[in-house]
Amino acid sequence: MNLTLENVTGGYASRTVLHDVNFSLRPGEVVCLLGANGCGKTTLFKMILRLLRPKNGCVRLGGESIADWSQQRLARSFGYVPQMHTPPFAFLVRDIVLMARAAHLRPFASPGTLDMQIAEEALDSLGILRLASEHYTEISGGERQLVLIARALAQKAQWLILDEPAASLDLGNQIKVLSAIRELSKTGLGVLMTTHDPGHAFQCASRVALMSCGRILALDAPAKALTGSSLQEAYGVRLHVVESPDHPGMKMVLPNLS
Amino acid sequence: MSSTVQEIAEERQKARQTDAGGRTLATLATLLIGIAIVSLMIGSYRLTLHDWWSVLAPSAQSGTAEIVLLQVRFPRLLAAMLVGGGLALAGTAYQGLFNNPMVSPDILGASAGAGFGAALGILCGFHVVAIQGMSFAMGLLAVWLAWSIGSGLCRRGDPVLMLVLVGILVASVFTALISFAKYLADPYDRLPAITYWLMGSFAAINSKDIKLSAVPILAGCVPLFLLRWRLNVLCLGEEEARTLGLNTRWIRLIVIISATLITAASVSICGMVGWIGLVVPHLARMVVGPNYKVLVPTAALMGACFLLLVDDVARTVAALEIPVGILTALIGAPFFLFLLMRERRGRA
Repeated sequence: MNLTLENVTGGYASRTVLHDVNFSLRPGEVVCLLGANGCGKTTLFKMILRLLRPKNGCVRLGGESIADWSQQRLARSFGYVPQMHTPPFAFLVRDIVLMARAAHLRPFASPGTLDMQIAEEALDSLGILRLASEHYTEISGGERQLVLIARALAQKAQWLILDEPAASLDLGNQIKVLSAIRELSKTGLGVLMTTHDPGHAFQCASRVALMSCGRILALDAPAKALTGSSLQEAYGVRLHVVESPDHPGMKMVLPNLS
Repeated sequence: MSSTVQEIAEERQKARQTDAGGRTLATLATLLIGIAIVSLMIGSYRLTLHDWWSVLAPSAQSGTAEIVLLQVRFPRLLAAMLVGGGLALAGTAYQGLFNNPMVSPDILGASAGAGFGAALGILCGFHVVAIQGMSFAMGLLAVWLAWSIGSGLCRRGDPVLMLVLVGILVASVFTALISFAKYLADPYDRLPAITYWLMGSFAAINSKDIKLSAVPILAGCVPLFLLRWRLNVLCLGEEEARTLGLNTRWIRLIVIISATLITAASVSICGMVGWIGLVVPHLARMVVGPNYKVLVPTAALMGACFLLLVDDVARTVAALEIPVGILTALIGAPFFLFLLMRERRGRA
């Protein structure tokens, strides 16, 4: 089911952050959202997750507006992966992942064997089943990020919305997380993620949405959307996109400090 | 990227070990029954098992023993268990709702409101049932004020934070009103009554109090018990809980109404008994971990045991009965410090 934003305008009480945002994403593609701090990436996520409501326009999934959906239906459609955090209590990793089943259980029910199995499968698919009985507060940052992705998988939603999944990870874990995301999209899951590193977009995105000042500047294949001039417009500094001479097709962004 | 069969088997084994919640609950329930039996026996009038038999047997002829057991000790036992279990449960739920382990059930002003209601009732010389009714009503009113002002302001920020801030304001206003009621009260007659009542005590409990207060306390406990697994999700904070499919506004409202029913009803029959709602959830979390599925019944049983024990101390340690609210603070504060020290060394 396509995720469509129609003329979405809105933000907070005192400030309009998004101006007339339009786009349509297909399941099975990985879309990276890039843009400077404060350009509206998080606000856009909040609109899709209905944590904020647009002043104008609407968010549609499969053609249907999400404005009146129940919270559970919304959670069955969008699995959200927040930036890693520390909850106030030392939950087990297993319990954190099981919380995703709230989207599927009746109000007074608690998870059963089937839910437990789904949670374990989600952990296993990311290779972190061994963490199940660890305390979430005691594992490393990279592991926590993977656990939050596993939780979104256990939510069995059609779309994954990830807020800078690779930020604050070491290089090895960045690659692990990005390739896990790529694998997931092959199963038909739609992925929308923010990142601060254009390199990530080149590595795993099928399309890139470049944002600036609450508007979408470009929505296209990474090589087309990310050019020296478009990046310069988005970030306000001089940047070059270069191709690695030894690895044709691999692109990276270099700054021009002079 | 897949684990071996052996690894999975080990995982299952571990899961079973961590799933020892059932055993803890059974142990606590047994402990509670044990404490209850002892509590019925000890006191200024000693009751042996033989006396029990003579009271409970058909064609009983017992006199004093019957009065002590059925009209004094049994209502008192039930009240201590209801209030202890209820306050511990309310505190546990609130700590999850406000994502803060330092929160207690009176954070939104329920105790202060109920305290003022009672003080006002005593000041006006009302009948004891009217005093309890006013106390309960004022407890509800205080939290309703906090909720409606907080909801009105929540457009400007985090709804939970607003609620806490407004709750603290409302509580301090009602605390000031309590002082005012004391100031106005007749210092030879009404003032000691108010002061004694605010200290918290089970000394005056009778079976009618139990009947009146059990309804709101149990009415508050049932929803919290049924929703207990969802409280886990609430611990992750407002926005994340919503993205996981929780209707946070409704759950917040249900939790607040339930905890308020419990707290206001408790204060209305036995005055202000502090510390239980703060200390017992911590103790329970240390024993069974933070998963609310097990934590909620554990905290309720522990709260009942704890208050029953403290009340036993209150009525047996000295010739003159010590108000139980003083004891919970005297025992609760150092105990809490001990828990904090252990947490610092071990796991939060």
